[in-house]
Amino acid sequence: MTTSDTSTRSVVVEKEYPHPPEKVWRALTESSLIEQWLMKNDFKPIAGHSFSLRREPMPNWNGVIDCQVVTVEPCKTLSYTWGALGLGTVVTFTLTATDAGTHVRMEQSGFHADQEANYKGAKYGWQNFLGNLERVVGGLA
Amino acid sequence: MPTAADSLFRALADPTRRAIFERLTRNGEQTVHALTERSGVSQPMVSKHLSALKRARLVRNRRQGRETHYRATPEALAPLVDWIGHYSTFWREKFDRLGDVLERMDK
Repeated sequence: MTTSDTSTRSVVVEKEYPHPPEKVWRALTESSLIEQWLMKNDFKPIAGHSFSLRREPMPNWNGVIDCQVVTVEPCKTLSYTWGALGLGTVVTFTLTATDAGTHVRMEQSGFHADQEANYKGAKYGWQNFLGNLERVVGGLA
Repeated sequence: MPTAADSLFRALADPTRRAIFERLTRNGEQTVHALTERSGVSQPMVSKHLSALKRARLVRNRRQGRETHYRATPEALAPLVDWIGHYSTFWREKFDRLGDVLERMDK
């Protein structure tokens, strides 16, 4: 595991859905639909639009993710910035029509391993981290 | 796994040590005395736990008069905070829910 460098890392999750791109696009860009699978939001598919995603507040975090729409290419590409807990990243959805429906690729990029992010991340990840700790420690023995 | 992470896991594997570390993280610098009052274990035990945390670089100490003050250095947790893993799980779950939403949209 990289620990102290300042490199940027990203997360990629991909999945194919048996639905046409137009329909997937609606689920990614209509506020009420976004809420059903992601979070409460005031999203609008307009480049430059600032919005927030809200999840339940937890200790040390009010649950608000500050975002701004970067790219809107209907049925193809949607990207927005994702700011939470000192971590500034960009989330990009790429839709590709397939024979069976739509391939969706999500990339969240810009994970800077800087101290600030790690510090805040440490606070946020606390419960999960502790929850897994005993199991991990068991594996060390 | 690197030995640094190894020692971190070991240092935090003990619930009393975790509680001490968490308290220092939340409340800032405290004396051994103050930590002992709240921990429910003896001062020698608290000191022993603090030594283990210090070896893992999770706390730092300074002397002032007769008291030793400890503060948390949560940066030392960096190797354990796996953002990639955290967000991978997050998005996988969301993608599953997106599939459910797409199914419901037909009706």
